[in-house]
Amino acid sequence: MIKFNNVTKIYSQDTTVLQNISLEIKEGEFVSIVGKSGVGKTTLVRLILGLEIPTSGEVYFKGVNINNTDSEKIQEIRRKIGCVYQDYKLLSKKTVYENVAYIMQVEGKENDEIEKEVFKVLEVIGLKDKINNFPDQLSGGEQQRLSIARALVNNPEIIIADEPTGNLDPYNTYEVISLLQKINKTGKTVILSTHDREIINKLGKRVITLEEGKILRDETEGRFII
Amino acid sequence: MKTNLKRIISFAINDFNRNKGISIATIFVLTITIMLVTGLFFFHGITNYLTTQIQNKIDITAYFVDGTQEQDILNVKDEISKMSPNIKNIEYVSKDQALASFNSKHKDDVVLNEALQQVGNNPFLPSLNITTNGEPTQYAQIANILQTSDFSKLIDNVDYSQKKDTIQKVYAITSNVNIFGIILGILLVIVAILVVFNTIKLAIDNSKEEINTMRVVGASNQFIRDPFVIQGIIYGVISFLICFLLSGILSFFLSSKINAILPGFNMFGYFLTNWWIFVLIQLGFGIGVGVISAIIVVKKYLEV
Repeated sequence: MIKFNNVTKIYSQDTTVLQNISLEIKEGEFVSIVGKSGVGKTTLVRLILGLEIPTSGEVYFKGVNINNTDSEKIQEIRRKIGCVYQDYKLLSKKTVYENVAYIMQVEGKENDEIEKEVFKVLEVIGLKDKINNFPDQLSGGEQQRLSIARALVNNPEIIIADEPTGNLDPYNTYEVISLLQKINKTGKTVILSTHDREIINKLGKRVITLEEGKILRDETEGRFII
Repeated sequence: MKTNLKRIISFAINDFNRNKGISIATIFVLTITIMLVTGLFFFHGITNYLTTQIQNKIDITAYFVDGTQEQDILNVKDEISKMSPNIKNIEYVSKDQALASFNSKHKDDVVLNEALQQVGNNPFLPSLNITTNGEPTQYAQIANILQTSDFSKLIDNVDYSQKKDTIQKVYAITSNVNIFGIILGILLVIVAILVVFNTIKLAIDNSKEEINTMRVVGASNQFIRDPFVIQGIIYGVISFLICFLLSGILSFFLSSKINAILPGFNMFGYFLTNWWIFVLIQLGFGIGVGVISAIIVVKKYLEV
């Protein structure tokens, strides 16, 4: 589903973030990308979304070279990916309902369908009673759940979670990870980028460990060892 | 398409309402700059009126030989009108009219009246007062026609040579005033555009993170940009309505004061006569700068 072919990303002469990364993520997999802060996890995620262009090498999404395609195709690919971030990246001037609905409006879906799906996903995520609240009126955990609702509403083929538990307490961390596991069980691919040792060790899924911009380990049932 | 347009308009209206502080500040700045541009248009009207008034006072006079028949002078008047299309007005002044005008102007001047009585008869010559449409060269051309054509034998003298320097100076001054007005206008419009651009940039800067998020979730550039463009239109329309109303009210109340300084210039009348130009300038500037600024600023963030 996602393939990195000898990808190198250099920001400036002194800052090489990724070096000759080659990896493949198959449909339905739960892959954790781990490593210390600044090791290139977020850059890897941004490369998948076409928000960064590799200095060399190629990134493929379902056979399409992301770096060699037009902006419309990239936008189409982004709509197939649900993203969850550490800082939530919610639309601060939109309500809970509008934040989730926006994803479907982008796709040009009809209002009836949007209403039905948004209420459904907000009910599952436990935010149905807060539809008219703005993000800054929610707790950190609620904001992250809203960001997951937004990632799920369009029924994406893949969920990318970039340090989704970085700002959460242990209870909310557990909730978010459980949610990602449930999503994965429905057959969706999940890519989790984190530096939380405990989470990885409990998951027992594939772990790609990055160090100094290179893949240190890639294990099918890995543990967080650095 | 229709659904998307409705959504984009609804996003724009929601953002406008939810950012009241920024919206009001932007409209305030836009209103001030549109008023500045409107002021320039009023300034243009005043300078135009002044230069026309000054130019209207310039004429040349062809004095006819004493005893020339009135009909002959009227024939010359027709001939000159046909020969020179740039003539704005030709007025025939008979000997008697010239005397009457002199007496009326100098009725309190004892010395001049005594001198006139000593002369005994009417010393004034019949004449044609000629004004043209514009350039000083036109006066030179007419003077040349008067002195070289078939009817030159009827003409005693043309006062162009005495007035030549004054005519050229007046036209040079009025032309400089116009050039100065244009340069000042361009500079002020550039300043106004920059002020509005930066105000709208600040308003959109506030949404920089949101634009980034919209990109991440796969929104098309148009879907991201258009609500900001619609907001630019809303800013422009509201500012226009305020400015148009203010222009009408201010010109109405200032009209009498301006008339005291510039007799004959009716500021409110100028506003009423040119209302559609005011609409075009204010609405065009408001919407134009609002929309173009929004497009440029959002484009910058979409390229990051």
